Amino acid sequence: MRNIQTVAANTFREAVRDRVLYNLVFFALLMMGAAILVGQISIGIEQDMIVSLGLTAISAVGILIAVFLGVALVSKEMDKRTLYALLAKPVRRWEFLLGKFLGLVMTLTVNTAAMAAGLYLALWTVKHPLLKSDAYILVAVYLILLKLALIVALALLFSCFTTPFLAILFSAGIYVAGLFAADLRTVHGVDLDPGTLRLMRGISYLLPNFQNFNVMGAVVHGRGVPGVFIWQATLYALLYIAIVLTGAAVVFSRRNLK
Amino acid sequence: MPQGAIEIENLSKEYPFGFLHLKRKKSLEDLTMRVEDGEVFGFLGPNGAGKSTTIKLLMRLIFPSAGTARILGKSIEDVSMHNSIGYLPEQPYFYDYLTAQEVLDYFARFHGLTAGDRAARVQAMLKKVGLDTAKKIQLRKYSKGMLQRVGLAQAILHDPQVVVLDEPMSGLDPLGRREVRDIILELKREGRTVLFSTHVLSDAEMLCDRVGVIVGGRLRGTGAPAELVDVKAQGMEILFELSGAAGNLPLLAQATRTGERYRVQLPETELYAALDALKAAGARIMSVAQIKPTLEEYFMHLVEADRAQASAVEVSGK
Repeated sequence: MRNIQTVAANTFREAVRDRVLYNLVFFALLMMGAAILVGQISIGIEQDMIVSLGLTAISAVGILIAVFLGVALVSKEMDKRTLYALLAKPVRRWEFLLGKFLGLVMTLTVNTAAMAAGLYLALWTVKHPLLKSDAYILVAVYLILLKLALIVALALLFSCFTTPFLAILFSAGIYVAGLFAADLRTVHGVDLDPGTLRLMRGISYLLPNFQNFNVMGAVVHGRGVPGVFIWQATLYALLYIAIVLTGAAVVFSRRNLK
Repeated sequence: MPQGAIEIENLSKEYPFGFLHLKRKKSLEDLTMRVEDGEVFGFLGPNGAGKSTTIKLLMRLIFPSAGTARILGKSIEDVSMHNSIGYLPEQPYFYDYLTAQEVLDYFARFHGLTAGDRAARVQAMLKKVGLDTAKKIQLRKYSKGMLQRVGLAQAILHDPQVVVLDEPMSGLDPLGRREVRDIILELKREGRTVLFSTHVLSDAEMLCDRVGVIVGGRLRGTGAPAELVDVKAQGMEILFELSGAAGNLPLLAQATRTGERYRVQLPETELYAALDALKAAGARIMSVAQIKPTLEEYFMHLVEADRAQASAVEVSGK
């Protein structure tokens, strides 16, 4: 556990010192601009606009960080050979991987929390006081964070056996495909033979279903999210992450470092 | 037979290459060797000979195609073994967003040292490798030589019993090389085992109890530097001064002259006759020394033999 904590803390420190959190400045400017603009052009739907824009930005910035930094977690260490001295210490390779994963999730948590605070601030400028229903935004932010953790795990897995470029492509590809996982499951009215339909259904269950983490529609309109949905999404993310990280650890534990 | 500090048995490493990785290249072939407890062992070989491959195999950075190895009696697959070994990678590179102090503290944490012990060890190591005044500068501003010192510090930070250094003198200026040599000698005095790879033979001659020479992925010889080269066969060298008329001293025909100073090499059996003749001619004898073939000559002989063998195989198509 000590080894995992040490690697995770250093990964977080790396992100902070490499100015990853500077993206928050961009986000803050976006939110301020949106609050001013929306107040002028949209009458009555300012809140919906702000929440929608804010959650989309939190998700988009998070996905970029999760994919690019997720792939770099291991590939950069191998490329720059910083891993050599570390693996000569009493550290298991899976401990290193898990530490890197948790370090980036920690970074994303801080980043997402700061952006959520920015979103609330922007919301407050167009409408105060804030209502109890505005707390649902936190649920959406939490589910975005689960989604980002899953993307990091996938990026980490791909970077364990392929080049950074391909790992980025694979991670982005799986994310896009995962947005349509539910649609693949329910395809009908298309002229396909039963074998292909079965294959598509099989693939849909293998793909991470990223719609499980999307509650933006409900939250933007101030509707609540059922507790059971949150629990199911949490369990789904944790299970999927555990499987993906186990796969990454198996691959990485036999990888020759050149 | 007592247990060696490092025991390697039939270690081999093959890499796939070519289209679809169907071909295989051997970078280490059936290596068997022992490094005794408390000795400084030099691992010699030209670039690409298999030195770093062997060391990476020992550190489990790469995995063997065949064979086994043990360090301090433990299989190299045992992660706990890494508590007792220190490793300096070739051309080391560390997290450049950290300072030297931070990077050493980071590595010390993996050895379970308490905060107080960590701070004391880190400080001592920084002083030992001469980075005390630069400890708060981020490594991205460090020169290659300074990074090498950080690498050395992290390798010996936790008081390891066995220290493995891959090209420790690489990138260092003469002063830095000397400091590394002093550290290796200090480690030896403290009773630690040191295995280091190098292609600088003078370093090996100066520091090593024994050396192993690896060429083309195969170990060609191990032993004390003096054992590896045949001292007896090489003859003697006389350095003398002779001013004025040298007469018809036949010895001068085979001597090399620099001003009034002459240097002549001859078989050991002719030494005393030559000294008598020089004395009679009024020469001033400066020194008489055995001609020792250098480790470099031995090394070059092995490298050339390997190249000759490789080209013979190529010509015969085998």
